[in-house]
Amino acid sequence: MLLALPALLGLVVATFILSRVIPGDAAATLAGDAATPAQIADIRARYGLDRPILEQAIIHVRQVLTGDLGNSIFTGRPVAEEIAQRLPATLELTFAALLLSTLLGVPLGLIAALDHNGPADHLVRLVSVAGLAIASFWLAIMLQMVFSMELDWLPLRGRIDVALGLPPRVTGFLLIDCLLAGDGRRLSSAMLHMLLPALTLSLPGLATIARFTRSGVLETLQKDFVLYARAAGYGRFRLAAIYVLRNAITVTVTQIGLLFGGLISGAVVVEAVFDWPGLGTYAVQAILAADYKALLAVTLVVGVVYAIVNVVVDVLQAVIDPRVSDGTR
Amino acid sequence: MTGPDLLRVDGLAVQLGRASILDDVGLVIRPGATMGVVGESGCGKSTLLRAILGILPRHARIPRGAILFEGRDILSDQAASARGRIGFVPQDPYLSLNPVFRAGTQLLEVMRRHAPGNRRQHRAKLIELFRAVQLPDPEGALDKYPHEFSGGQRQRLLIAAALSCDPALLVADEPTTALDVTTQREILALLRRLASERGLALLFVTHDFGVLATLCEQVTVLYAGRVVESGLTRAVLDAPEHPYTRMLLACHPDRAADLIGIPGTVPAADAQPSGCRFHPRCPIAHASCATEVPPLLLTEDRSVACPWHHEPLPEMAVV
Ligand SMILES: Nc1ncnc2c1ncn2[C@@H]1O[C@H](COP(=O)(O)OP(=O)(O)OP(=O)(O)O)[C@@H](O)[C@H]1O
Ligand SMILES: [Mg+2]
Repeated sequence: MLLALPALLGLVVATFILSRVIPGDAAATLAGDAATPAQIADIRARYGLDRPILEQAIIHVRQVLTGDLGNSIFTGRPVAEEIAQRLPATLELTFAALLLSTLLGVPLGLIAALDHNGPADHLVRLVSVAGLAIASFWLAIMLQMVFSMELDWLPLRGRIDVALGLPPRVTGFLLIDCLLAGDGRRLSSAMLHMLLPALTLSLPGLATIARFTRSGVLETLQKDFVLYARAAGYGRFRLAAIYVLRNAITVTVTQIGLLFGGLISGAVVVEAVFDWPGLGTYAVQAILAADYKALLAVTLVVGVVYAIVNVVVDVLQAVIDPRVSDGTR
Repeated sequence: MTGPDLLRVDGLAVQLGRASILDDVGLVIRPGATMGVVGESGCGKSTLLRAILGILPRHARIPRGAILFEGRDILSDQAASARGRIGFVPQDPYLSLNPVFRAGTQLLEVMRRHAPGNRRQHRAKLIELFRAVQLPDPEGALDKYPHEFSGGQRQRLLIAAALSCDPALLVADEPTTALDVTTQREILALLRRLASERGLALLFVTHDFGVLATLCEQVTVLYAGRVVESGLTRAVLDAPEHPYTRMLLACHPDRAADLIGIPGTVPAADAQPSGCRFHPRCPIAHASCATEVPPLLLTEDRSVACPWHHEPLPEMAVV
């Protein structure tokens, strides 16, 4: 668990180095097409870009450690502020996707295992292969075409109906803010807007979770204690859905932590297609503008969130399996 | 036949795929009686127990036979009759409890379904049983996880679990092989005491003729999925009649039943010999043994599946 801290420090340094070797000159972009070399040099000096790379790195790390993420090279506003503005939208989307992939993936995996090599098993296998193979931008556009354009059941893009507008911002999490405002119409609009992007984003995770759950359940079903429980007269449903699943799920839970990385990177694509005002779209803008300050901050924030999620997963694991906390496993 | 039989297995056959695991197996246990099942590894002892407990693998078929418990056919209506009335003590106490649930959770779930009374009464009853099986800290045991018990303690826990729904029959599959020698002796003594105190019938699978002699009045000897000899343990151990039993006891007068010393090998379950399944290895085999399945002959104190059981074995048969 404590490994998270050095890992994050490593991330800060690594991303900084990466940001300096990628092509693109922030100063030149900022100065515009018509800028003279003197103007560009001026900007470079203002942002400290003319100093030796090592010095820049040290300054950067020191700033990050004091919580200062710097100003966006592009907009000039504090990066921390801009990220705080957009982070909730991305977190809301990824958590919704994580929830969907768990709530759908675990039962699918369980059903597949219980119907080992039967029709349900084959169907679930098909779904999981598709979930991993289909490119999310393609799926997103397909879903938009069918459910938004053709059937007109679901909104095409955005977080909420423009006519309704946003509720008063408290947490930045739209669903929570709508709930806090007691605003049912906005809440349902926000949920409908979330459905397609969350579904798109959840699919690879759903596939992975279904596969791990399936193999975990199959493995657990072979255990002596399952045979014993059957002999002792456990109920069929309880045996499968609780007794076996809890053992099987320990592996799946680890996967959920790892999946979170994929979800964030998937969010970049999904946010772009669904015009979701989150960190993903922000990152895309930052890349296009060679705004390395913003990029570094985004990477760091994502790293922190990822680390937190995995710490939570560790804790969850200890709750599910008592042997983890005892160190006997 | 009607009568005071507690468990009656009749002409039972079990197949797994093309392999015939059990064929025409029969045994009868009366209330309070103790029956041992012996035979070397792979002869189908566990399969017999699994059939009785209703936990055969999914792909197993039962083409023939019946299992009656308290007069009711439990093959056709398993759930209705036998659950809870047959207590099961497994072979390996380390592997038979789910590591992620507290002992109490697992034991109470079984009682919830198969014992009368509410949860509080169930807890009280388990604690009382924990005392009876001499589990240390009987009150605290319910809230512990399996890995917090030693192997011997786990087996005591499982014996208590087997007793929790007031069974009439206790079924045990080599319940001490996973334990060290001292613990083995304690657990066997415990089982014997509990069975006689509570008037339980016992169906006991073992490799060990010593255990068999002290624990079981009657014995059924299996070879390659068939009963070759059955009767009073004393009589069978003192004067075995089937050539297989005779050779087995000649090799190991008081120890583990395995085939070291008997020439040849146990047939694979999917390649059983015709006729008497022991004939390829039998020193007194006659021509008819290869073609005719020998019926169980009733003598005064036992049944033997060999028409030639009076013939002496040649000296060299056992090496
Ligand atoms: N699940 C299974 N699938 C296929 N074959 C099996 C299965 N279980 C048992 N068998 C086969 O059935 C036969 C009898 O096995 P069983 O476990 O009943 O023997 P056993 O007498 O209990 O042996 P042991 O003394 O080693 O426990 C063996 O040949 C074994 O290979
Ligand atoms: Mg066995």
